[in-house]
Amino acid sequence: MTIVSYAPFIVLFPLIGFLFLGLLGARIKNEKLLGVIGSGTIGLSFAVAVAIFLHMLGLDPEQRKEIVELFPWISTFTGTSSSVSVNIAYQVDQLSILMTLIVTGVGFLIHVYSIGYMHGDPGFWRFFAYLNLFIFAMLNLVLADNFLLMFLGWEGVGLCSYLLIGFWYERKFDVGGYAPGTSTTNDAAKKAFVVNRIGDFGFLLGMFLIFVQFGSLSFETVFGRASVLSVGENTMIWITLLLFIGATGKSAQIPLFIWLPDAMAGPTPVSALIHAATMVTAGVYMVARCSVLFALAPGTMQVVAVIGALTAIVAATIGLVQNDIKKVLAYSTVSQLGYMFLAMGVAAFTAGIFHLMTHAFFKALLFLGSGAVIHAMHHEQDIQRMGGLKKYLPTTYRTFVIGAIAIAGIPPFAGFFSKDEILWKAFSSEYGSALLWFVGALGAGVTAFYMFRLVNLTFHGASRFGHELHPHEAPKAMTVPLIILAVLSIVGGFAGVPESLGGGNAMEHWLAPVFAPAMDKLMSAPHHNLFAEFSLMLLSVGIAVAGIYGARVVYMKRTELAEMWKQKYGVLHRILWNKYYIDEVYDKTIVSSVVTLSEKLLWKGVDVILIDGAVNGTAKLVGWCSQRVRRMQTGVAQQYATVFVGGIVVLMIWLILK
Amino acid sequence: MLTELILTITIFLPLAGVAVLFFFKSENALAIKLTGFVATLVTFFASLGLYFQFDPAASGFQFQQRVMWIEGLNISYFVGIDGMSLLLIILTTFLTPLALLGTWNSIHHRIKEYTMMILLLEVGMTGVFASLDLFLFYMFWEAMLIPMYFIIGIWGGPERVYAAIKFFLFTLFGSLLMLVAILALGYYASMSAGGQFTTNLLDLYAVAPRMAIGLQTWMFLAFALSFAIKVPLFPLHTWLPDAHVEAPTAGSVILAGVLLKMGTYGLIRFCLPLFPDAAFKFTPLFSVLAVIGIIYGALVAMVQTDIKKLVAYSSVSHLGFVVLGTFAMTEEGIQGAIIQMINHGLSTGALFLVVGMIYDRAHTRLISDFGGVAKVMPVFATFFMIMTLSSIGLPGLNGFVGEFLVLIGSFKSKFLGSYAYAAVAASGVILAAVYMLWMYQRVMLGPVREGGLYGGHRLLDLSPREIAALVPIVLFIVWIGVYPSTFLGKSATVAKQVVQTMESAREGGQVRFANSQDRP
Repeated sequence: MTIVSYAPFIVLFPLIGFLFLGLLGARIKNEKLLGVIGSGTIGLSFAVAVAIFLHMLGLDPEQRKEIVELFPWISTFTGTSSSVSVNIAYQVDQLSILMTLIVTGVGFLIHVYSIGYMHGDPGFWRFFAYLNLFIFAMLNLVLADNFLLMFLGWEGVGLCSYLLIGFWYERKFDVGGYAPGTSTTNDAAKKAFVVNRIGDFGFLLGMFLIFVQFGSLSFETVFGRASVLSVGENTMIWITLLLFIGATGKSAQIPLFIWLPDAMAGPTPVSALIHAATMVTAGVYMVARCSVLFALAPGTMQVVAVIGALTAIVAATIGLVQNDIKKVLAYSTVSQLGYMFLAMGVAAFTAGIFHLMTHAFFKALLFLGSGAVIHAMHHEQDIQRMGGLKKYLPTTYRTFVIGAIAIAGIPPFAGFFSKDEILWKAFSSEYGSALLWFVGALGAGVTAFYMFRLVNLTFHGASRFGHELHPHEAPKAMTVPLIILAVLSIVGGFAGVPESLGGGNAMEHWLAPVFAPAMDKLMSAPHHNLFAEFSLMLLSVGIAVAGIYGARVVYMKRTELAEMWKQKYGVLHRILWNKYYIDEVYDKTIVSSVVTLSEKLLWKGVDVILIDGAVNGTAKLVGWCSQRVRRMQTGVAQQYATVFVGGIVVLMIWLILK
Repeated sequence: MLTELILTITIFLPLAGVAVLFFFKSENALAIKLTGFVATLVTFFASLGLYFQFDPAASGFQFQQRVMWIEGLNISYFVGIDGMSLLLIILTTFLTPLALLGTWNSIHHRIKEYTMMILLLEVGMTGVFASLDLFLFYMFWEAMLIPMYFIIGIWGGPERVYAAIKFFLFTLFGSLLMLVAILALGYYASMSAGGQFTTNLLDLYAVAPRMAIGLQTWMFLAFALSFAIKVPLFPLHTWLPDAHVEAPTAGSVILAGVLLKMGTYGLIRFCLPLFPDAAFKFTPLFSVLAVIGIIYGALVAMVQTDIKKLVAYSSVSHLGFVVLGTFAMTEEGIQGAIIQMINHGLSTGALFLVVGMIYDRAHTRLISDFGGVAKVMPVFATFFMIMTLSSIGLPGLNGFVGEFLVLIGSFKSKFLGSYAYAAVAASGVILAAVYMLWMYQRVMLGPVREGGLYGGHRLLDLSPREIAALVPIVLFIVWIGVYPSTFLGKSATVAKQVVQTMESAREGGQVRFANSQDRP
């Protein structure tokens, strides 16, 4: 028995926290105590995860995987081997422990930050209860040893997302697809849940198909049986496509990305934790976890890569024109998730997970920074009404800029290494192409531009807010997590410095055993061309620098340019401003027609008119006949006699004619 | 001796309550309510005796008791239970006291008669699940119809008479056909092997499947129609929304919680094992209707304006899963169907309780009359949320276990032979989220009504009594969701038997059909 067998405690602590806060939180009036309990449980989980990680470092790579079984969950309990049988069991391996460290580590920082951010909110205890529940579900998602338990986590994080987006449920919030002023934060929450459920539908079907194909839902068995299959079977394409539909829902990819920008209705720590650092990366994690299945379906790999690249560029372009500080970051998240899927699609699984990690650092940092800004500006989120905040919020400013440099991909910040690895693989891998690289590189330039547009409009230049506002720096509980995340955003990339730059690429080595079965299925080993790699690297850094410089010119030096372009390219601006009208299209084509069909045709048509009409009609018919028949009982003997004689006559005629 | 009698005691214990009630004056409301509650509670404890002495590994029926009743026709009082009936009986005895407790102050006139009706209803329901003689089954089946008719017709809403008669006629129409089929079955038994008229289910299990396919078809249809109306299966469902909307809360709880299960119970208990060949023939029809019900119920639920009607239509959707699982005829499907019956009983029963609680306060059930209730009734909001999540099948709560088993069971079923059934049915999970969350949002969230008045009334949060009625249900909702083996373990043997019966019948059937084709 090793320390790994304590892995269930990682999951257990947040659950205890949730139950405690949920049942007793309303009675505890002391915010400090609530905050310490809420963050403390996550801190404990993080500590256990670190201990297990350190233990694993000392083991041979092949021995690092261990499964801890707890108890049987969903099964027929008939003892038939072909029937479904799923346990509550956790799998600790290189990938799941890495995810656990990110979730509990970043999660802990955001919990601490929330103590400051949510100060004075009447739902303080409820907030921490939900956050703990979220971490519990997320840990089930990443530590599960089978698809069904992963699905529990998958739906669980969706529920917490729903509860937390709509946390301030009485607040107005403009949700895409609703007329302005008619929607609340809860509409955003509901939209997130329902759109996610569309993805979950795909996940479910994929899971069924896996069960029929492999006779099990446990990762060990399924991947073991899959690794002996040959590439290109149709079933595998179906399975992976269905799973990928699930991923597009949870990780906000085309065509299901529409919910994430509206999810910004939630409190900012929620946006940082759930809608940037952890939950939305669940789809990426799932594809990585199932890498061997995807490697068996080259067709799906192409789809994943194209959707990823497309989402990266589409979301980035929308981010160019948004004015809500959190919406810009939200589109940036969608775009960055696109890069991760691009990585998955070109079989650069390690690079994708690497980017997932660095993104968790710098995006959590950026969101928490934006929270500090919103906090200081008394809930103002429009960057057109900010400016010059640099001098009021020095710590927030510095850390925010570090985050922006990291996402823009400037060496040696974290984002550079992970993004560059993805772009290189998009070019050089068996599934890659020059076009995928180009789209990715272009997106990187756009990213640098809109991020520094955000920085410049928020922190630089003259202030554009009223004098009654006196912005002040956030309390320690908020700035300390910012500083820690800023440090991680600088050094986080050193975990994966490529060999071409003289690094050891620790990330690649660490994750290699997890992705080995998938890499075995690839046709060719990725070719190494140092010259090409260097030139592309320089090129992409050049593009990023150009983006930053461009933003500097447009938003600091020649501020009239932005307005001029807006006039000149009005149509383009309107399209981007309205997010390519995707919400409107969905609303007009799907939502309204389903509601109309259900109400007018099914309920008031089929149910009321057709079925009930038939039933009541029968009753009426019987009644009508009875009324008529009743009249025959007149009680007049002569009439009876007449009918009687008539009957005899008819009978006789019939007998004769016969 | 006691173990033999314990089943009979459980069935008829509520009658003792009825007997006691005769001694009370109608004005003595508290004593009447207490008697009713205690009688149902004692019945629940008696049924726990069944639970703890039940041997899940044993095949066949346990606690059997048989007493000759009508000698000449070989009809006997014959009861006994297996895992499926055990779970349903416990569901019945569990829900009945909670329904009374949860609606303590909801009935204002003729309380004595009302309590008697509920107790009689309980006898009928438990009897249905315990009968091993078809004639006895039919007696209980009809017996339970009458108190329900009165409960809707006397203590119901404004349109109660229409609803009660609609309920009565729909059900009676089906059950008369079933009676004919029962008699024909007994007669068939006397023609074949034994040479004696019998309605003994165990004897018929051996004899009936050997019937020619033509005869089986008619028998199957007569039984299945009766059950399909009760389920209710699309398009026979229109009595349900009316009955629910008009029934008093406790009536709705029992109607949704237990009565509907008699239909699906009947399909598994009688239709499949007695007439397997006919069941195969009608599998496509019933599965298609089940899937239509899942989608149709959900879509129509989505556009309802009355909360109770919405929950009623959601029942059509949920029960569709049970029927689909039944006709999948796989271990997953049958197990899923059985646990889904329990789940639906718990979560929909609880939903009706919750709706009743808010109706008692605001005297309206229109969704548009509410909004922001969560602010005024935070405890109520929490319970309502848990029931909602259970109803939409969130993993970790009970509903998911049943839906998942049914879906995976029908996905892999060779009897259904197509992925399409499960695939279409699974889209019901999307719709469930839509209609339940939308309803929750409009009722519970958003701004509080002006002056905090709903239907002209100020809303008070739940009383300890109401919480006491809901907490046990929530506990089971979580228990089944996290550790379902307690329950699935009980029904595993019967599920396995049903599947084995059907599979061997299919092999036998194919041989028989092959032979008949050989003949010129």
